[in-house]
Amino acid sequence: MASESKKTGTKAGDAGETRPLLLLAEYESAGDVYHAAEHVRDAGYEKWDVHTPFPVHGMDKAMGLKDSSVGWIVLVMGLTGCLTAFVLMWWTNGHDYPLVIGGKPGFSLPSMIPVMFELTVLLSAFGAVFGMLGINQLPKHWHPVFYSDRFDRCTDDRFFISIEAADPKFDLDETKSMLESTHPSHVELISEEVDE
Amino acid sequence: MGWRKPMEQLDEQYLVSEGTSLADVTEIVSKVTEQKAPRLWWILFGISTAVTGILGLTIAYLLWTGIGIWGNNSPVAWAWDITNFVWWIGIGHAGTLISAVLYLFRQYWRTAINRFSEAMTIFAVICALMFPTIHAGRPWFLYFSLPIPNQMNMWPNFKSPLLWDVFAVSTYFTVSLLFWYVGLVPDFATLRDRATNKIRKWAYGFVALGWRGSNRHWSNYERAYLILAALSTPLVLSVHSVVSFDFATSVEPGWHTTIFPPYFVAGAVFSGFAMVMTLLIIARTVYGMHDLIRIRHLELMNKIMLTTGSLVGYAYAMEFFIAWYSGNPYERFVFINRAMGDYWWAYWSMITCNVISPQFFWFKKLRTNIPFMFVISIVINVGMWFERFVIIVTSLHHDYLPSAWGNFSPTVFDVLTYCGSLGLFFTAFLLFLRWFPMIAIAEVKMVMPQADPHLGHHGHDDHDEDEDAMTAEPAMAEE
Repeated sequence: MASESKKTGTKAGDAGETRPLLLLAEYESAGDVYHAAEHVRDAGYEKWDVHTPFPVHGMDKAMGLKDSSVGWIVLVMGLTGCLTAFVLMWWTNGHDYPLVIGGKPGFSLPSMIPVMFELTVLLSAFGAVFGMLGINQLPKHWHPVFYSDRFDRCTDDRFFISIEAADPKFDLDETKSMLESTHPSHVELISEEVDE
Repeated sequence: MGWRKPMEQLDEQYLVSEGTSLADVTEIVSKVTEQKAPRLWWILFGISTAVTGILGLTIAYLLWTGIGIWGNNSPVAWAWDITNFVWWIGIGHAGTLISAVLYLFRQYWRTAINRFSEAMTIFAVICALMFPTIHAGRPWFLYFSLPIPNQMNMWPNFKSPLLWDVFAVSTYFTVSLLFWYVGLVPDFATLRDRATNKIRKWAYGFVALGWRGSNRHWSNYERAYLILAALSTPLVLSVHSVVSFDFATSVEPGWHTTIFPPYFVAGAVFSGFAMVMTLLIIARTVYGMHDLIRIRHLELMNKIMLTTGSLVGYAYAMEFFIAWYSGNPYERFVFINRAMGDYWWAYWSMITCNVISPQFFWFKKLRTNIPFMFVISIVINVGMWFERFVIIVTSLHHDYLPSAWGNFSPTVFDVLTYCGSLGLFFTAFLLFLRWFPMIAIAEVKMVMPQADPHLGHHGHDDHDEDEDAMTAEPAMAEE
């Protein structure tokens, strides 16, 4: 069932020499891509990825990924927010220009809790979103997978595995037959033209 | 597969109609932004932009003349403007509750309505923020509330709940916007990949940030989403608590009560769910989303309204009881005055709309009747507006010394500003329906039976197993 087609990424056609960028295998169900991912993981590839329209449960394990490190960024940002709020309020109301309002002391911890909490949350949220984008190296509007026309369905109902040619284990024929043994519905080679 | 039996016994249903494929979900949601807008959309959009225009003129006049054009005057210095502020911010809370709290509790049915309600949160908070801004009279001095070094060498008073409010509401707006946007990124990528013309491809491509569904990305994405949900949950509780501190920390009878924070939060969720319901029924009918937004979703929302409505009813009763039990004559007077004084009609409208009307949802027949729940959802929002009006105006108009008593009546500009804010809200919402994926495509797919990688181990050869899949896998809604 695994059909096969070669295709150049660039539109120029077969004028010049081409260099492979990655192999892209397409699957029709989450289960297929899950088992294929286990297979690629066990084959020892490093520079490869699974592309799915939604996060597939357990895929991190099937790919052998480490736990996400976003949480650590959030922790650091959250503590920074909390501390910033504390220092800000202590400096402004308690030290630099204490105002006596309602007979309350300039520096008073209970009244500082709400703002400390809000700034903790605000900076943590920045940490979560921008930390996530940073680790993922997004925004990045170009990637070899986008050369494939079939890849448009990756955000619809198809599942893909891509193995980059930069992977040390990558061998055009061997990797391709390995991918074909995982029951894909299509395997595609994406290459770019080499200027000479 | 053993899960199927308990599901039947529990009378559980799937979250999307049986036989809906992944591609159907993409199609149903995306086509709304791709096809021409229905005529009804244009009619509603025309009305709401016209109303927004009136709002713009009203605000221009207000800034030119001063807030004396409103009915606010001593002793009722806070009136419709603050009522509207609290009302709008409360409406926003349901969005965060649905997107964050229900996420943490693994209530998968939320996927059909979370995008929607998060959008509602953003627009409601924009409307809410408008009111204190223009109430300040000279909005160009709003930077006074921020700790910016200035020539007067003065700092804001961080012991004031009004300043806490500035921090709480602006944090809330920012975090809600981030949460919403993060959820939208994969769906923008879907629209980008379906785009047939260049402008759509560029525009959606730009906001999709080059999303390519990579699992290495999903892994961090899901963690970030979980953390945002965990941050938003205490945040949403804190925001309305801080709003209630504006009242509760004063020494005004009727305001100075410890029940305010939880009571305000319950009321906020109550009114927000009602607003989501109103919008949801309209959009579901106009765009035919029956496969994704099912009666079951609406019924669950009605149950939440019944719960929060009863909580609010309990708070009203408890306020009265404590007013009597405190032995404080001013407190007692304010509450008797609420129910039987000049504004008795507002108080009893509030009781009818908020306490009595949700009680109909005890009956399954009424809970699943769409026209009925539509009417009730509007009634609840009217009631929740009256609640804020009652709290603010009745406490202020007769407090301690009878010589300082007064009455409040709104002017035409109060009405225009309030109605105008509704216009602004609906304009933003209609634009959202037109150009954004109104249902979280990726999240809905995630809870469908096809999303389970361990589904159907009957070999890799039969791929057209959609129907089989449907019966084999529980996309369990709860538990």
